[in-house]
Amino acid sequence: MHETDMTKALIFTIKDWWESQPEPPTISKVHLTVGNFTCVEPASLQFAFTVQTQNTFLAGAELVIRETPLIAFCHPCQKEYKPDIGVQYACPDCHSPMEDIRSGRELKINRLEYVLLGQPQVQETL
Amino acid sequence: MHQTFDAALELNLLHANQDGADHNRAHFEEWGIVCVNLMSSPGAGKTQLLERTLQALNPECKMAVIEGDMTTELDAERLRQYGVPVIAINTGRACHLDSKMVAGGIHSLTHEHDPASLDLVWVENVGNLVCPAEFEVGEHAKVALLSVTEGEDKPLKYPIMFREADCLLITKTDLTPHLDVDLERIKANVYQVNPHVPIFALSTKTLEGFEDWLYWVRQLVVKKGVCL
Repeated sequence: MHETDMTKALIFTIKDWWESQPEPPTISKVHLTVGNFTCVEPASLQFAFTVQTQNTFLAGAELVIRETPLIAFCHPCQKEYKPDIGVQYACPDCHSPMEDIRSGRELKINRLEYVLLGQPQVQETL
Repeated sequence: MHQTFDAALELNLLHANQDGADHNRAHFEEWGIVCVNLMSSPGAGKTQLLERTLQALNPECKMAVIEGDMTTELDAERLRQYGVPVIAINTGRACHLDSKMVAGGIHSLTHEHDPASLDLVWVENVGNLVCPAEFEVGEHAKVALLSVTEGEDKPLKYPIMFREADCLLITKTDLTPHLDVDLERIKANVYQVNPHVPIFALSTKTLEGFEDWLYWVRQLVVKKGVCL
């Protein structure tokens, strides 16, 4: 259920960009990074995106999601480790708590691919 | 054929919500208000905590409540009897409050009350351990509640809520004699994901441990939410 609201937030954010453009572009792909240590389930996000973009400026746009693993950094051991989500977050070697997170908290719109329908075809130059 | 262009956004997915949250926070700061976001699963005791806290700190501290509830005004009604302004936000099917809903709440609040006369605004989020953790509303501090009946493993299962919290309350401690629950284990699980968070174990029924919580709130108000 919360992916519905995440998708709404995603659409709002893209809409801000879309409305700031001099000419409304047609967005073909939305590239996201979703960390494994967030409240977002990529499959649910895909589904919600397809449903919620119907009949909007994002209709037909493809959502491309890159997932990133949870990676923490242990200061006493001076090394990275992969916490076992749901089971253990402390360092498996020295049991220090998970302090620094190096990857896994990303919820990012990296880039958009779009075409400008109103614009005459751009001449290819050599 | 149309040429495909690329726009690098490099924006947080919740960018629009974050902007709204920063805007709300700026308003609070302009009025000299500290805002606290209360989060927990349904039934952990957020409303009861507010009842006791309003009772203890009113009128020493001028407070108001923005109350998120999915369908009813029951919680808001419960809180109004303590003589503080309570704004109910009906979230409909949304499972958390976002910064836009809270902006609406602030708007209603300032309509009827002078915001500059307030010290502290409580936001009672929708009962849910998942989404509220990701949606900032303009708060200066996030307080998470976990009742002793919920199980020691919850901080491991819902780590983001417990990692984001600036203060954790273990509630309903009066029930511990009837349960096989180890408070130290709950704390250890919380510290795995949030090693420096202050944790207070309390009961709003017997008021055991309640003074420590009130002290934390008073400090927060004195410091205007700074230095957390």
